[in-house]
Amino acid sequence: MILDHGAPIYEDLFGISWLDFNLSNVMMVLVTSLIVFIIAVIGSRKLQRKPSGFQNFMEWIVDFVRGMVSSTMDWKTGKQFLPLGLTLLFYIFIGNLLGIMFMVVYDGDLWWKSPTADPSITLTLAVMVVALTHYYGVKVKGGGGYLKDYFQPVPLLFPLKIIEEFANTLTLGMRLYGNIFAGEVLLTLLVGLMASGFFGFIGGIVPTLAWQGFKLFIGAIQAFIFVMLTMVYMSHKVNSDH
Amino acid sequence: MLDQALIIGASDGLLFGDMIIQLITFIILLALITKFAWKPLMNVMQEREQHIATEIDQAEQSNQEAQRLMKEANDELKSTRQNAQQIIDEAKDTAKSQQAELLQQAREEAARIKENARLEIEQEKDKAIQALQTQVGSLSVQIASKVIEKELSEDEQEKLINDYLDKVGEDNE
Repeated sequence: MILDHGAPIYEDLFGISWLDFNLSNVMMVLVTSLIVFIIAVIGSRKLQRKPSGFQNFMEWIVDFVRGMVSSTMDWKTGKQFLPLGLTLLFYIFIGNLLGIMFMVVYDGDLWWKSPTADPSITLTLAVMVVALTHYYGVKVKGGGGYLKDYFQPVPLLFPLKIIEEFANTLTLGMRLYGNIFAGEVLLTLLVGLMASGFFGFIGGIVPTLAWQGFKLFIGAIQAFIFVMLTMVYMSHKVNSDH
Repeated sequence: MLDQALIIGASDGLLFGDMIIQLITFIILLALITKFAWKPLMNVMQEREQHIATEIDQAEQSNQEAQRLMKEANDELKSTRQNAQQIIDEAKDTAKSQQAELLQQAREEAARIKENARLEIEQEKDKAIQALQTQVGSLSVQIASKVIEKELSEDEQEKLINDYLDKVGEDNE
């Protein structure tokens, strides 16, 4: 057994049979949200017209996300998605980072890990994003324009368009989950190797460090891809020409 | 159960509880962070953009204003120069005409004085001639009488006087 730890599952809240919780996920979601909130609030304190220090960094991020938005759609319609993109970027990046530094196993259960290394979390984000694209599609183009898009450019593509929606959701969530989870599995293996003995430690430390660095890179890239794809899907729904 | 969990990734498949928690947390996070961080940040950035834009506009405006004022000043200077030139020209013209007038007046005055003087001289001359004539008359009479006293006889004297008187009478007419 490679992964010899389980998850702190809490089953059947209020006696509802399908309402199960992974308490680790709940905790990590809250921790990630708290960290993101603190960073964002610290970054936007004492805002000045002439920026300095942390404000520069935050404005760089804002400009970065704005670049993503305006590369996929008209800035006039895209402006409203800037907060969403920023929050997603921060949330996913911080979430990815949390699993790199360390993992905490307590009483045989894995407590501290990336919240994004769980399909429930990533698929929730993906479903939320896709639902938002449909919502804004209807809001921007109206019900008729929104429905008409399913039969464009030829009505024959209608089934494919329906499949596309589900495929988009699934791939968006699973891509993030797969990348982060695979990274954590490998990290767990390397740490296990290091813990196995002196030679294991010697042999394992360099790959562990390298993999942690690479995971940092993957975490940043995956956050970027997630936000980018969010904006691309959004632009498919709100742009009238594509 | 553990085996089953490991097959689908160390979790119990899709946990609806987690999903609900994640969704609610993310929505709350999105709302809070937008209100407390992104909105102020974006506002500041937008405000700066507007500030820069207005500054540039103002700079352009003041530039144009400065150019306009410079042109105005130049025009003013030019017109002032023209005015001054005109005034000088006018003054010159006035001086010239005044000079001519004065000269004319002086000439006239001189002519008048000369005329007066001539007239006076003429009068004086006439007077002098008249006075001379009277004196010459009496003198000649005296001379004549003296001469005549010596040489003329009574008859001859009588005849001369009569001739003379006749001649005088002719002259006086």
